[in-house]
Amino acid sequence: MEKKNYTVSIYTENNIGLLSRIAAIFLKRHINIESITASKSEVNEVMRFIIVVEVAEEQIKKIVGQIEKQIEVIKAFYHTDDEMIFQETALYKVKSSEFVEDLNIQDFIKDTNARIVTVTQNFFVIEKTGKRHEIENLYEKLKPYGLMQFVRSGTIAVSKNEMPISSILENFNTTNSIS
Amino acid sequence: MEVKTASFEKITTHATTVSGAEAVIKCLLEEGVKTIYGYPGGAIMPVYDELYKYQDKIHHVLTRHEQGATHAAQGFARVTGKVGVAIATSGPGATNLVTGIADAQIDSTPMVCITGQVGSHLLGSDAFQETDIVGISTPITKWNYQVTKASEIPEVLAKAFYIARSGRPGPVLIDITKDAQFDSLEFSYKKCSGIRSYNPFPEVNLLQVERAADLINSAKKPLVVFGQGVILGNAEELLKQVIEKAGLPAAWTILGLSALDTDHPLNVGMVGMHGNYAPNMLTNECDVLIAIGMRFDDRVTGNLKHYAKQAKVIHFEIDPAEIDKNVKADVPVLGDVKETLKALLELLKPNAHASWQQKFKELYDIEFEKIIKNDLNAEKGMLGMAEVIDEINHCSKGDAVIVSDVGQHQMIACRYSKFNQSRSNVTSGGLGTMGFALPAAIGAKMGVPNREVVAIIGDGGYQMTIQELGTIFQTKVPVKIVVLNNGFLGMVRQWQQMFFDKRYASTEMVNPDFIAIVKGYHIKAKQVTERSQLEHAVKEMMESKEAYFLEVKVEQEENVFPMIPTGASVSEILLE
Repeated sequence: MEKKNYTVSIYTENNIGLLSRIAAIFLKRHINIESITASKSEVNEVMRFIIVVEVAEEQIKKIVGQIEKQIEVIKAFYHTDDEMIFQETALYKVKSSEFVEDLNIQDFIKDTNARIVTVTQNFFVIEKTGKRHEIENLYEKLKPYGLMQFVRSGTIAVSKNEMPISSILENFNTTNSIS
Repeated sequence: MEVKTASFEKITTHATTVSGAEAVIKCLLEEGVKTIYGYPGGAIMPVYDELYKYQDKIHHVLTRHEQGATHAAQGFARVTGKVGVAIATSGPGATNLVTGIADAQIDSTPMVCITGQVGSHLLGSDAFQETDIVGISTPITKWNYQVTKASEIPEVLAKAFYIARSGRPGPVLIDITKDAQFDSLEFSYKKCSGIRSYNPFPEVNLLQVERAADLINSAKKPLVVFGQGVILGNAEELLKQVIEKAGLPAAWTILGLSALDTDHPLNVGMVGMHGNYAPNMLTNECDVLIAIGMRFDDRVTGNLKHYAKQAKVIHFEIDPAEIDKNVKADVPVLGDVKETLKALLELLKPNAHASWQQKFKELYDIEFEKIIKNDLNAEKGMLGMAEVIDEINHCSKGDAVIVSDVGQHQMIACRYSKFNQSRSNVTSGGLGTMGFALPAAIGAKMGVPNREVVAIIGDGGYQMTIQELGTIFQTKVPVKIVVLNNGFLGMVRQWQQMFFDKRYASTEMVNPDFIAIVKGYHIKAKQVTERSQLEHAVKEMMESKEAYFLEVKVEQEENVFPMIPTGASVSEILLE
């Protein structure tokens, strides 16, 4: 079956060790995680993981099943790229001397909607948020100037469709109102 | 505002100030635990000190190795349906639990393991006997948690028991730092009744039940394959009613054994690698395959590309992750099998499928002629394993709990043992853990003291946990132990014979004098070497009020048939 990029969104309780429990599910099946982020979500005290993997649909279904089976996972979803709005952020650290000497750099920054985060005597830092190829594009342009450091975040994404976590949790509270 | 992530029943005890260690014992008592299996050590000593004080309320069984504690807890859980409890210290004590935990996970056995851990101020310092057991056990537990504060103990243990036993059961590990055992807390106990991120019983979709009923009602050649889910869901009676009403031939998986009487006319035997001829062959001929509480393990399906391709598949299952995992279900029926089978029963039309049933009989006759007859009635040469099982059947009349280890003897025990009540077959199915049977039999006998418990073990597996003879000696638990000694790691040897040109690499065993060893533990023992001695020896063992060890010297190079070779289809099953 054809492999595709899938974005897995996982809503969980905020618990130590859950990350390794989720990561182990991929490890057991010898699947490489392309990117992973974890943060709080729109629901109070609920965490959200965003994991991107390249697998066949048949496989991602099974993986999401295994993830949902974990006790502290509230709900997991998987989506293809066209079902998600997603972004990545990158930071590029470049020598200040290059910046001053070559005005092309300033054009790149303007053209790509990147942003200068910090300027010091020795270096400056550019931030770019966007799609992977846009970040790669700026990377290629800045590389000849000697990138001192480069880092790119994992994908963060929201789905076009609703993810009804709040209603799942409300349902629990109404059906389990003993004690 | 504090977020409520779990719900608990009303308080059952009034708050009193106790140590964390005492709280652990009180939690066990609240959960109805009367017997636990374990081994003491530094980081769990506060709990053991409380066990000393509570010894009239809780029976702690000192096994001779922590692995034995887990298997004993599993044996207990498998025959009673209650949660088994094992306890160990940190470091090596905890890592020795790993095999049993993995076994319980893959065979869905409810178990709570409690481990001591170094003091919380020492965590991460590579302290003496520190090991990251929570990290280690993560992929093999249904849930695990490290307690670092005494006040967490009641709620965490309540959740542990709830998670271990609810839905698809499984093992839970709770790691408790030594300071949390020493510190005090205000103890009150509330049983856990729900966890918001965990839905143990998926809602039943009656439409799916109707679709399943329609398929079954219009089927010409239906076949039921049922697994341990029927036992775990206490749905044995419903299964029987379903198959009787609709005239459905029913085959069991290895873990489904004893959910239906062996001699029930619709019981067509065991599916899988060394299962019976008829249900394996006819899997590839049936028009509707009704899977109930089973998970299409590779040892059941053989080559998936040629597994029941002609059939519509109905899958009754509690765990959503099992649906379509190995075999695509045309009609998945999620939910507690007790609910779904009940709904199904009402919708089924009475049927007999006489000519289809006749096919199973015809294939059984072939298997009988080619294999069973010879297995049971060899007259010459060394004793065969099946003859021993058959002799046990004659004495037990199907009432005994049969605990088998892993290998050829296990396949023979599962093929030939007779059962007339559920929860009578205890074996390591999914993990195939050699050394399982001896400690599991201890737990099983303690779980059902009024039933006869017979462990069937090979000479290889027996020596993996042979030290548990000490537990039997100390507790005087009257288990019956049968070692079928062929001087080989027989199953591996069989594969070497069939697929590796008889190169018997490291499968021949030079064994000690087993009788002398057992005598050292003052357990009654007998050795059988001749066919003529067997009947009397088995009778003497079964009638013994005490533990009894029977060593039977069997044919060295016996092979287990039928057999589906790895990679072959179920209908390519070999008879010789």
